Amino acid sequence: MNAPYLAISWPSLLLAASLVLINGAVSLALRLGLEKKLAIAALRTVVQLLLIGMILEWVFAIDRWYVVLAILALMTLIAGRAAAGRGSIRYRGMGLDAIVSVSASSWLVTALGLFAVIRIDPWYRPQYAIPILGMILGNTLTGVSLGLERITEELSARRAQVETLLSLGATRWEAFRLPAQQAVRAGMMPVINAMTVVGLVSLPGMMTGQVLAGQAPGQAIRYQIVIMFLIAAASGLGTVAAVLLVYRRVFSRAHCFLFWRLEERGKTG
Amino acid sequence: MLSATNLERRDAQSGTVLLHPTSLHLRAGEHGVVMGPSGAGKSVLMRSLALLDAPDGGELRFLGEPVGGHEVPAYRARVAYVAQRPALFAGTVEDNLRLPYTLLQHRRRRFAPDVIVALLEAADRPASFLGKAARDLSGGEAQLLNLLRVVQLAPAILLLDEPTSALDALATAMVEALLRRWADGNAGETATLWVTHDPSQARRVGNRFFRMQGARLEELGGVP
Repeated sequence: MNAPYLAISWPSLLLAASLVLINGAVSLALRLGLEKKLAIAALRTVVQLLLIGMILEWVFAIDRWYVVLAILALMTLIAGRAAAGRGSIRYRGMGLDAIVSVSASSWLVTALGLFAVIRIDPWYRPQYAIPILGMILGNTLTGVSLGLERITEELSARRAQVETLLSLGATRWEAFRLPAQQAVRAGMMPVINAMTVVGLVSLPGMMTGQVLAGQAPGQAIRYQIVIMFLIAAASGLGTVAAVLLVYRRVFSRAHCFLFWRLEERGKTG
Repeated sequence: MLSATNLERRDAQSGTVLLHPTSLHLRAGEHGVVMGPSGAGKSVLMRSLALLDAPDGGELRFLGEPVGGHEVPAYRARVAYVAQRPALFAGTVEDNLRLPYTLLQHRRRRFAPDVIVALLEAADRPASFLGKAARDLSGGEAQLLNLLRVVQLAPAILLLDEPTSALDALATAMVEALLRRWADGNAGETATLWVTHDPSQARRVGNRFFRMQGARLEELGGVP
């Protein structure tokens, strides 16, 4: 099992890149008008990946904890911002809530994975910390954004039900419970789906990568199982955190539903 | 029973006055009727009295005690707000009627079918009504269910925010009959505040009359 790693040369890369011309030809033949978009997307793929490759090589080379930490923080911030970007309803402080729930859950679970399960040394080892946090962030961001989207929509659509429950003597938590269940369910669904079909329909990129790099499939699979559960935990935790933060925003201590804090996106108010 | 002193509400965002300082004292056996043009602040008053929206000033007392904070759910169970458009939950009529008993506030109570059947009788509905799917109900039946759900919990005061304005004459009569049964069943230990646009309904259900205009409440001397 020790075949040499096959490096990709620049000419080979160019050959692969030329495959995008197939899509371009399809677009031209069927008059889809996608040539420009395709060209830009292809260019972005190359530039973004080359850039991140350079950054990673630099980070690995200088091997300082504060540089790694800065990169991790930047990744987290971008993920948090992206998580608040969905949905038609927003509220003041939504961006902050998204960043808090994405970062708290991802960092907690990543720390657990890196220090307790994989046991990296030194503690900031970038070859592990950056890609693993990245994978966890990517999935947590999906969970949080779905959860936020769903909870704000449920609360707006079910305002009458929420207030009816309050009128019947429900506590704010009891009035919030039903929409919250829906939202947490929505946020957890992608990761449950992913765990259901992993290995059958999809071969995760990380596992494929490890196998391509010469790692024995047995080890690659162990890594993948660990990652899968880290992702599930972080994504579940992040979704719950986001929904709870919304609870704090839209219910007052006196059990009032502050529905007016939920605004349609784009409306200034 | 219910005593509001200088109750005040402003819009949380714009600061516009929604309710000028309003005082209102409702004693047992009193049935207040609030009339007035749309947008005058009738719903604001009712929602403030139910503490669904927190007042920005003034004081609210129920049975002599000030209400606020964690007692609000208990207060709302005794002083119940009924909205114009009923919000029903998935399932049957009975599922909807059982819903309040799942709340912390009513955990010591049990759903009592015989109470419901007696109330249904007052509204001229058969017991089979309980098995109907909530989503198949007509507007009148939905409001009937909405009221049954509240009345079975034996609240002391009902804040009725145009409960029949979307209903036809027959359904309105049904709702009024049900509410009469609730008031009679509690031997004068109840009160209502009823928002309506219909003067004849006001005369049927009220014994005190108010007019709301420009976010101000004034009591009228007699029947409108």
